[in-house]
Amino acid sequence: MKNIVVIGGGIAGVEVACMMAETGNRVTIIERDNKLGGKLNNWYCLFPDFKKSDEILNYIKNRISKFNIEVKLNSNVEKAERNGNTWLVHTENAICKADAVIIATGYQLFDATRKEELGYKIYDNVITQADMEQRFREGNFLTSYGKKPERIAIVHCVGSRDEKCHNMYCSKVCCVTGVKQAIEINKFLPDAQIFCFYMDLRMYDKFFEELYRTAQEQHNIQFIRGRVSEVSETPDQHLSIKTEDTLSGRPMKMKLDMVILLAGMETKKNTKEIADKFGVDREISGFLKSKDFHIGAGILTQKGVFAAGTCIAPMSIKETIENARSTAFQVNEYLKTL
Amino acid sequence: MKFDDIFYYPFLAGTIYLFAVIIGRFIRWFLGLSKIDKIRIRKGFFSVKTLQSIWESIREGLLHFKMYRVNKLLGYMHMSFALGWFLLIVVGHIETSCYYGTLNFPFQHSIFYRYFITEQTDFPGHVFFAYAMEFLLFYVLSGVLLAYFKRFKSKLFGMKKTTRMRYGDHIALTSLWLIFPTRFFCEICSAGIYANGSPIFNAIGAFAGQYLPLESLLKPLWAFYSIDLGIFFCAMPYTRYMHIFAEINYIFLKNWGIRLKKRVNTFTMAEVYSCSRCGVCIDACQLNLAGIKNSQSVYVLKNIRNKNLTDEVLFNCLLCGKCQEICPVGIDVNNLRITQRIETTLQYNSSYDYLETGIAKKSDVVYFAGCMTHLTPAIKKAMLKILDQSGENYWFMDETKAPCCGRPLMLAGQFDAAQKLIDNNQKLILDSGAKTLVVSCPICYKVFKEDYMMPDVEVRHHSEYILDLVKQGKLTLKQSDKKIVYHDPCELGRGSGIYEQPRELLSYSNNLVPINNEKEKAMCCGGSLANLKISMAERNILSEQVMNEFASYNPDYVVTSCPLCKKTFAKTDILPVKDIAEVVVENIENKN
Amino acid sequence: MDFGFAPIETRSIDIDIFDSRILKYVIKYEPSLLVCLSCGGCTATCSAGNLTDFNVRRMQLMLRRGETENLQTEINKCMLCGKCLLVCPRGVNLRNVVMLIKKALVIYKNQEK
Repeated sequence: MKNIVVIGGGIAGVEVACMMAETGNRVTIIERDNKLGGKLNNWYCLFPDFKKSDEILNYIKNRISKFNIEVKLNSNVEKAERNGNTWLVHTENAICKADAVIIATGYQLFDATRKEELGYKIYDNVITQADMEQRFREGNFLTSYGKKPERIAIVHCVGSRDEKCHNMYCSKVCCVTGVKQAIEINKFLPDAQIFCFYMDLRMYDKFFEELYRTAQEQHNIQFIRGRVSEVSETPDQHLSIKTEDTLSGRPMKMKLDMVILLAGMETKKNTKEIADKFGVDREISGFLKSKDFHIGAGILTQKGVFAAGTCIAPMSIKETIENARSTAFQVNEYLKTL
Repeated sequence: MKFDDIFYYPFLAGTIYLFAVIIGRFIRWFLGLSKIDKIRIRKGFFSVKTLQSIWESIREGLLHFKMYRVNKLLGYMHMSFALGWFLLIVVGHIETSCYYGTLNFPFQHSIFYRYFITEQTDFPGHVFFAYAMEFLLFYVLSGVLLAYFKRFKSKLFGMKKTTRMRYGDHIALTSLWLIFPTRFFCEICSAGIYANGSPIFNAIGAFAGQYLPLESLLKPLWAFYSIDLGIFFCAMPYTRYMHIFAEINYIFLKNWGIRLKKRVNTFTMAEVYSCSRCGVCIDACQLNLAGIKNSQSVYVLKNIRNKNLTDEVLFNCLLCGKCQEICPVGIDVNNLRITQRIETTLQYNSSYDYLETGIAKKSDVVYFAGCMTHLTPAIKKAMLKILDQSGENYWFMDETKAPCCGRPLMLAGQFDAAQKLIDNNQKLILDSGAKTLVVSCPICYKVFKEDYMMPDVEVRHHSEYILDLVKQGKLTLKQSDKKIVYHDPCELGRGSGIYEQPRELLSYSNNLVPINNEKEKAMCCGGSLANLKISMAERNILSEQVMNEFASYNPDYVVTSCPLCKKTFAKTDILPVKDIAEVVVENIENKN
Repeated sequence: MDFGFAPIETRSIDIDIFDSRILKYVIKYEPSLLVCLSCGGCTATCSAGNLTDFNVRRMQLMLRRGETENLQTEINKCMLCGKCLLVCPRGVNLRNVVMLIKKALVIYKNQEK
């Protein structure tokens, strides 16, 4: 029986832990927070099928309850040492022995205050998609001045594909998140006009393109190809944005009640620290570096250390679960060689 | 022909040639000045400014005070050359005139004193003079020694890099380096044969005479000395050593009030030639860090002189003014560059025919946020709150739209184009009847202050304006426990001399930590609009270095007073950055 | 005034008779132009675009397609304020592009004479 330590108890962490337990290993999860489930706890529902995120959370809870997995909540990795083929992972009050370590620390949402021109935390009615999910959970759609919004803008690529934030990569899932949220808002507020401002719409996965079409066809969402470069407040507390409708080649201004920023995915500061502790390499983008892009995803540059989920690259929930399972398989292959 | 009559001819020829060229150049430079500048010279000539210039020439041309402040060893080296050589000439003349008892003596006898005056002399103080001359020679030689050393180990002089040289420079440098050692051997030789030096030199000479055929070395040595001087003097006008004379000329012209006025004229050359290529500006330049190594001021001045300045070099400069601040000669480098930029872009200025005259709102205060401030809404919001609290009747001039202030065009050399924008904005501001113009952007501030003709409108940067409001009691600030560092924007600090007002304002509410590179020494954030060539990646290197320096003081956040600096720093994501107006708004005490 | 109803030029962009001289000159000295993805952020924020029909994105796109007829009038509308540099997600040094186009126009006009 081999010992496995999984760092992070989000979707990827729990799934990979369960897979490892299923194949007969003794698994410990080290989770920073006081509960499992990670970012999903704050989400309302998921693209492309509007499945409630609670359903996935329940799946995870059910699944983990079937195995004898030790879960250390409110714990952080303080130190990691390698002794031959064994890793010693130190937390605040324990030392865990591991034949393999799986990093599944996830991502952090881009801090939208870094794009000051978009007015996040400056103007009350500028929010992020994460704030919006919280609002869906609460059923609260009013603007800060207590009115139902009549016009809402969804701004794509905030903190992704942007040299100004040193994030050159595409966060992949924001496009479809924006489309999903636009549809949801339309369902709650049928009278509101909703605009999506995009640079490119990347509907890369199954059902995404269909969702995009649905948004146009059934929900009257307007898609405008142009990057929003300024958000300001008018004297009557409305928001005003500046963009260019690049397809008609004309600048565009409009008054709005609410702006939703689709903040991208970034490596957590915490992931960087953990990567340093285990001596694994990171990409220029900050995400953990796999041994090989094609055939070694999830195998990191240090022996016995693996990764699962969005600490490798931006992923959807579905891809995270797939990725966790594939990593588990590769860890088992590795354990056989010991 | 006797050797005595001709050996000094190379020296004589060199001297005549040197002065002919220099006087020719000075005359050409003078004639090329504008009429007003010529009047300035005529007026300045008989004023106290001339005395000031004489003192400054002694201080900087001979003693090298500023150089000494940059680096003591470098200062000593320059001083030993300049002061030592100068005194050698002066004391040499006094010695000769004492010997002859008259000022009327063949001039070559003073330069080659110990060759000509070979009999035992007994005029009063002759031993003193011998010692003095030998001491001065050693003094200069110590400088020469340092110069040899500096070529190979420049770090000792606090300089990471020294100026790159060309072929002609090598001839001049070699001849200069040989002058004083040669003179030393000449004097030893003469002293060995005639015992006409100080007792010490005589003894050394006598000692050398035991091993060397001094008699046959004497003439070749002195001849070589003369030839070497001649070569150096001939090379001087074409190398950096021209600065010895040009610098004095520049000090006088500068003090008489001559400046470059948006166009290149012969004053450019007067400035360019006064650069000694000491290389102090190279280390002061942040661009080194980003691997840009050919656009530092010394190279640009050299390029102007050699007429091979390219746009790639000319426009690859932040115009942060750090080199200007540290330049021992005090060359007005930024102005020099801008005039060069104006000259090269003269053929393609814009007319902005589309500009329409806007309608001004009658008000007491005009607020001009500036283009950049619209990308930092936190500053805009804070300023509007402050203006609202001030209770003054204000007009937000560029709330929806307004032309740019013109400074970015000016920095790119588009002076005529900038003037169109200036005229348009100026009319609007004057129409408003306001007495105060508040600006949030130091880039705008500089151009409003210097290039707009609005004598009745007081231009205030928002840090000055808010300070006034606090002093007048219109705003009350409460203490915050936040530890902050303040960054001086180039255009506000070195550009406009506003260092204390922001600090005073911040001291009302915060614990301001003094840092090493601040005020005149402040670094550029890297975002400067003046540099048209630098890439974003190179800019990032500069800003990260500055932010890392701030971070070493462990502040809660960095405060600046320029939207461009703020955005540039925020990009690094190393520390939180705030504008001074935001800090004030956070700490306003609400009066009930 | 332009209401966007100006007669549409019917001819297609003909890459075969591409006038690439100015483009080549600009890219030689400012290669960052190559990475533009036409997001329109620059045009949206543009100070000059706020006052007139100047569209800096369209201008550079036209240049990249070899359409240089209106370049002279368009380029002179730019005020060089630098806001475009601060919003560009690809870090295109547009101010230098503008200055290079202005210079290139002079150079090639002189050559034609």
